[in-house]
Amino acid sequence: MTQLALVIDLNTCVGCHACVTSCKQWNTSGSAGPLHDFSPFEEDPTGVFFNRVQTFEVGEFPNTQTVHFPKSCLHCEDPPCVPVCPTGASYKRAEDGIVLVDYDKCIGCKYCSWACPYGARELDEQRQVMTKCTLCVDRITDQALPQAQRKPACVLACPSNARLFGDVHDPDSEVSTAIRERGGYPLMPEWDTRPANHYLPRHPTGPSNSSDEKAGRS
Amino acid sequence: MNPAFSVIFFTTLAGASQGLFLALFAVELSGLEAGRLIPWGAATSLVLAIAGLVASFFHLGHPERAWRAAMMWRTSWLSREVIALPLFIAAVGLWGAAHVWGWGYTPWIGAVAVLACAALFLCTAMIYVSIRFLQEWASPLTVLNYTLMGCASGWTLASVLAAMTSSRWALTLATGALCWTLAAAAGRWASLRRNARLKPRSSVQSAIGFDHGKVVQRSMGFGGGSYNTREFFHGKSAAFLRSIKWWFLLLAFVLPSALLALTPATLPWLALAFALQYLGLLAERWFFFAQANHPQNIYYQVVS
Repeated sequence: MTQLALVIDLNTCVGCHACVTSCKQWNTSGSAGPLHDFSPFEEDPTGVFFNRVQTFEVGEFPNTQTVHFPKSCLHCEDPPCVPVCPTGASYKRAEDGIVLVDYDKCIGCKYCSWACPYGARELDEQRQVMTKCTLCVDRITDQALPQAQRKPACVLACPSNARLFGDVHDPDSEVSTAIRERGGYPLMPEWDTRPANHYLPRHPTGPSNSSDEKAGRS
Repeated sequence: MNPAFSVIFFTTLAGASQGLFLALFAVELSGLEAGRLIPWGAATSLVLAIAGLVASFFHLGHPERAWRAAMMWRTSWLSREVIALPLFIAAVGLWGAAHVWGWGYTPWIGAVAVLACAALFLCTAMIYVSIRFLQEWASPLTVLNYTLMGCASGWTLASVLAAMTSSRWALTLATGALCWTLAAAAGRWASLRRNARLKPRSSVQSAIGFDHGKVVQRSMGFGGGSYNTREFFHGKSAAFLRSIKWWFLLLAFVLPSALLALTPATLPWLALAFALQYLGLLAERWFFFAQANHPQNIYYQVVS
């Protein structure tokens, strides 16, 4: 069974928000869109995003680290948002484990968003349907694109290669290797949602995804 | 959570409707003369339940697709509620009609309505209980309190209707309302005590996976607010939340109990007791939603 997921390297994320804007661009333009904005040029712009980059400070001054933390749907293996949906609009695809919303069946009751501890779902307040990260399902399955392009927009946009994409059930995949060898961890393990997305913890020194380091030139 | 008035009105109206029906069915089972109380009461129960159903539609982004919500009853308590509510409405309607037009079999129809009523109480509460990380809701006390508060307001309303139809049942029903109100007060007090002692299982550390030491958010990643900042927090101060708690304890439980216990069971006093209690239950339901602390709020603390 395939379980597609993202693995996010907190060593190399620089907090540039390229994944946020590329996600918005792809998903507002494609088959899942549009993702509405309200008063985008006013004082209080608001709108739907599938992906957010947040910033945290870890440790006590002067020994602090700034951690840039991208957050999108974690495509849980046991997603609490799916069984609560009264219409079946929320579902987890059997073939690749992506959690999706069928916008034509969604009644906009918001119950699934209540049932997500991560705040990964955002209601499109114009279309009144629940939206969320699709792992760019319309892109990664598009046979018309060259193989190298069949990745989520955020992964292709990341300038520091902090986002890996692949099948976490294939032990030999890049993502499984990264999780295994670099201590990849899930968020809020206390709720037993078994997120498919993992995060790679900070290491003082050690491997990163940079090609310089892989080539031993660092 | 940010309380939605559609859901506040739905749960309180449906609760009163269910409690009222149960009170009327108890009157019927006693076998004593009740006059016009049962037909009028059944009509009132029906109107309240339908009003609740209408209120619930205002919670939906696409009410025209609401029929789809009956599909996933195998897994979703919300879906089960969507089935239980029309069943209850139909059963109470049939029961009332059987009384008005003398069709007979009313105890049997009423028994079916009791089952639908119990299922509706269970489904409504389980919608909240089943979200395990909303720790304030995830307790059997939620089921108990939805049932007790529904019965309390329903019995009080039944006593009002008894006084209106000059039925001799007013005092008996008012006494029953007092018992339910005291029981509901005890149950709600127990859940307030439980929630005051809750330790949140999620923390900013578990939210981003830095398990050691001090972690503070410096930016949620955007400036102008989002669905996440609007839906999951009530936006009021802790002092406001506390004041609502005392108001609902006073209005829903203390004052109605005092009125039901100390004043004569006449229409003005009973009507006042019901009006105060319903207002109090609106405040109680607002507080129920506002008090629930969603772990996603950990990710949305600081704008900058």
